[in-house]
Amino acid sequence: MSEKSFSSWVNSGAPWVWLNAGAVSISLVMVVGLLGLIAVRGLSHFWPADVMEVSYTKPGMQSEMIIGETIDVEVVPAARLKRAGVDLPEGQESAERILMKVGNRDQFGMDFRWFNSPWLGEASFPEEIISIERREWGRFYGRLVSVKQQGDVVASGDNAYDELQQRIRRSNDLIVEIKQLEYTEIGKINHGIDAIRLERRKLELDGELLGSVKYVELNQSEKQFDRAYKKLQKQLADLYAQLNRDQMIVKMSDGRDVEMPLAKVVLIHRPNKMGIFEKIGFYGHAVWAFVSGDPREANTEGGVFPAIFGTVMMVMIMAVLVTPFGVVAAVYLKEYATQGPIIRLIRIAVNNLAGVPSIVYGVFGLGFFVYFLGGNIDELFFQASLPAPTFGTPGLMWASITLAILTVPVVIVATEEGLSRIPRAIREGSLALGATKAETLWRTVLPMAAPAMMTGLILAVARAAGEVAPLMMVGVVKLAPALAVDNIAPYLHLDRQFMHLGFHIYDVGFQSPNVEAARPLVYATALLLVMIIIVLNIAAIGIRNRLRENFKASES
Amino acid sequence: MEAVKQQAAPTARAIDIGSMQRGSKLNMANEDICLQVKDFNLFYGKKQALHNINMSIAKNRVTAFIGPSGCGKSTLLRCFNRMNDLIDSVNINGEMLLDGNNLNGPSVNVADLRRQVGMVFQKPNPFPKSIYENVAYGLRLQGVNDRATLDNVVEKSLKAAALWDEVKDRLNESAMGMSGGQQQRLVIARAIAIEPEVLLLDEPASALDPLSTLKIEELIYELKDKYTIVIVTHNMQQAARVSDYTAFMYMGELIEFGATEELFTKPTKKQTEDYITGRYG
Repeated sequence: MSEKSFSSWVNSGAPWVWLNAGAVSISLVMVVGLLGLIAVRGLSHFWPADVMEVSYTKPGMQSEMIIGETIDVEVVPAARLKRAGVDLPEGQESAERILMKVGNRDQFGMDFRWFNSPWLGEASFPEEIISIERREWGRFYGRLVSVKQQGDVVASGDNAYDELQQRIRRSNDLIVEIKQLEYTEIGKINHGIDAIRLERRKLELDGELLGSVKYVELNQSEKQFDRAYKKLQKQLADLYAQLNRDQMIVKMSDGRDVEMPLAKVVLIHRPNKMGIFEKIGFYGHAVWAFVSGDPREANTEGGVFPAIFGTVMMVMIMAVLVTPFGVVAAVYLKEYATQGPIIRLIRIAVNNLAGVPSIVYGVFGLGFFVYFLGGNIDELFFQASLPAPTFGTPGLMWASITLAILTVPVVIVATEEGLSRIPRAIREGSLALGATKAETLWRTVLPMAAPAMMTGLILAVARAAGEVAPLMMVGVVKLAPALAVDNIAPYLHLDRQFMHLGFHIYDVGFQSPNVEAARPLVYATALLLVMIIIVLNIAAIGIRNRLRENFKASES
Repeated sequence: MEAVKQQAAPTARAIDIGSMQRGSKLNMANEDICLQVKDFNLFYGKKQALHNINMSIAKNRVTAFIGPSGCGKSTLLRCFNRMNDLIDSVNINGEMLLDGNNLNGPSVNVADLRRQVGMVFQKPNPFPKSIYENVAYGLRLQGVNDRATLDNVVEKSLKAAALWDEVKDRLNESAMGMSGGQQQRLVIARAIAIEPEVLLLDEPASALDPLSTLKIEELIYELKDKYTIVIVTHNMQQAARVSDYTAFMYMGELIEFGATEELFTKPTKKQTEDYITGRYG
C-alpha cells in the first residue's frame, strides 16, 4: 500500500517540484546568508560600543586595570586552558576567553588582547571614559585629565570635555585648510614646475641653444612658481604652528598620564555616556566617514573613498570601451560575415575567451598594453619625461582596457543573441522600403537589439567590478597618491594608478600587520563592493527595461 | 465599393463574382504592360522552384497568383523586388522586366528598385516605432526630414490606406499597440508613402479576421487606380473578388494565366478546374 502511494507520489511529479524548489531555496539561503554575514560583521564595526573597565588578575601576579571594548568571546576547553596555565575548578569542562580592544598601541605595544574570563574581576562602564580616534596608532582609551594650550592648563575636571571638543573642531578645521593648501595650491605649483622641467628637456632634445629666449622665458616662469611656493610654505608653517597649539593630558588604564597633541586627534567621544539616539547619530557619521574619507595607517583606519572612486571609474571606462567594440564585432559576425566553418571557429574562440583565467589577461595586459603599447606611446609623445614612464606603466587606462578585453566575449555573445532574435519580417519590411542593409541595421535592427546589448553590458559590469587579479598587474595600487580626476588639466588622468575595493579587501585583510583591527574593515569593504556592483547593475537594468518597453510588443 | 461589400457578405459566396460584375471584358492585348517575365527559372541550390515562367502583368490592374502551398507563387512574387537576393542559395536565369528594363541587370540599384516595387508581407510587420514614424520611414530613408512634407505624406498615406480616422489622434503612439488589421493597413500605408509603381501583396489577409480582411480587400480595390497590384492568395474567393487577372501555378509552373472572370468560369486546363473547384490543393 505504502509502496504504491510512494510510486504514485513520484509519478505525480511532486518530487520534481520539491527538488527544484529546494535548489532555489538553498541558493537563496546561501546568498542571503552571505550578504547577511558581511553586512552584520561589516556594519557593526562602526557602532560606538560601550567601553568596559575591569580588573584582571593572573594568579601570582599583581592585578591590573583594563579599559577596552569586547570584540569576541570564545569558549575554550579546559585542557587547552590548563596548558596555558589556567586551572579550572574540578568538573568544569570549559571556560570563556574574551578578546578585548584595549587600544593605546603606542603605549601598550598591542591593541588587542585575549583575557581568560575566570581571572577577570567585575566589569563597570564609567561614563567619563573617552574613546579617542587618532590619526596614528589607532584607538586610545582613557580618562581626560586636562586640556593645555602651549603647555598651560586651560581646563580640567568637569568642563574640560566641552573645551576639548571645541578645540578639536578648531584643529580639524585647520587640518582641512592645510590639506587644501598642500594638495590643491602646492599641487598646482608642482604641476607647473614639472611642466617647465619637461619643456626644458624638450628644448634640449630639439637642440635649442642654452640662453635662448625660450630658456629665459622658462627660467622666469620657474622663478614665479618658486616665489609662489615660498609664500605658500610660509602660510603653511604658520598654519602648522596654530595647529600644534593645543594638547591634552589623558590618564590610561594603568594610571599613567599621557600628553597628546590635539593635532593627532580625529574624534573623541564618551560611548558610555551616549544615549541610543546619540549613538545612532554617531554611527551615521562613522559610516559616512568610512565611505567618504581617505585611508590612514596602511589602510587599516579611515575611509575607502579613493577605492570606491577608482572602482567606479574603472568600470565606467571599461563599459564605454567594451560596448561599442563588442557590438561592432557581434554585428559583423552575425550580419555581414558569411556563415561557415571559419565564423563558427571564431565564435567558439570568442566563447572560450570568456573562460580564460583572468590573471592571464593581467599578464597579457602588462606585457602588451603597458610595456609594448605604453612604452611606444611614451617614446612617441612623451619623450621629454623619459626615462620616467607616462603611459608605459600600469594605470587606469590599461586596467580598463584589460578588463574590456576580458569582458568583450560576454557583450559579443549577448548582442549576437539579441540580433538573432529580431524577426526576419522586420528586416524584410525595412529592405522592402528601399533601405540598404546598413540603413536597416542602423534604423531598425540595432535599436531593437539594444536591450540585449544592455544585458551583455550588465554581465560585463558585474564581472569587471569584481575582478582583482588582473588589476594587480595593470594599475591597482595599495595607496594612490591622487585620484584620477582633479582640477589640473586635462582633469581626467588615465595614466594614473588607482585604488580598487577588491584589491583593498585583499590588502587590508591579508597584507596588513594589524589583523584584528583590519578584520571588520574587510567585511565593511566587501559589503561596499557588493553594494556598488548591485547599484551599477540596477542602473543598467533600469536602462534596459526602459529600452525594452519601447519594443515590447515586437517580441511575439 | 458597395458591390464589394455585398460580395463579402456570407450569402454571396459564389465564384462567379468580382470582376464579372464590373462589366467590361478584360483582355491582355489592350493593357499597358508593367512587369514582364520571360523564360524565368529559379533554383534553390540544386532544386528548381520555378520552371520557365512567362507572363505579363498589366498596369493599374490587380493580378492574383493562386495555387496550392509550395507552388512557387510567393517565390515568384519576391522576385519582382529581388527579395530573394537575401537568400544565398538562390540562382535565377531568364529575364524579368519592369517597364522594359531588366530588373536583375547589373546597373540596377536594388534599393531603388524596391522603392519602385513596394511589398506587403503575410504577417503585419510594423516597426517598433510610432505610427507616424512607421509611415515616414521610407521617406526618411530618402533623406526627407522636413516636418511639413512628412506630415503631409503621412496623412495622405494613412488616408489612402483607410486608417487615418482610426489613428489620427494617436500618431505618436507605438504601432505595436494596434490590432492586426490596423497593423496590416499601416504597413500598406508605409509602402504607398514612397509612391511605388507596383505593390506586391504576399497573402496580406491570411493572418487577419474576416472583418479586417474585408477592409484590406476594399483597400486593394481602391488602390488599383494608382498602383499596379500583384497579390498572392490562398483564398480563391478573395482572388475572384479583388483581381482582374489571375495566374494559377502548380509545382513551380505557370499552368494558366488569364482574366479572372474567364479563368474562374471557363478554365482551359484540367488542373485549374480541379483546383478552383476544390478537388485538390
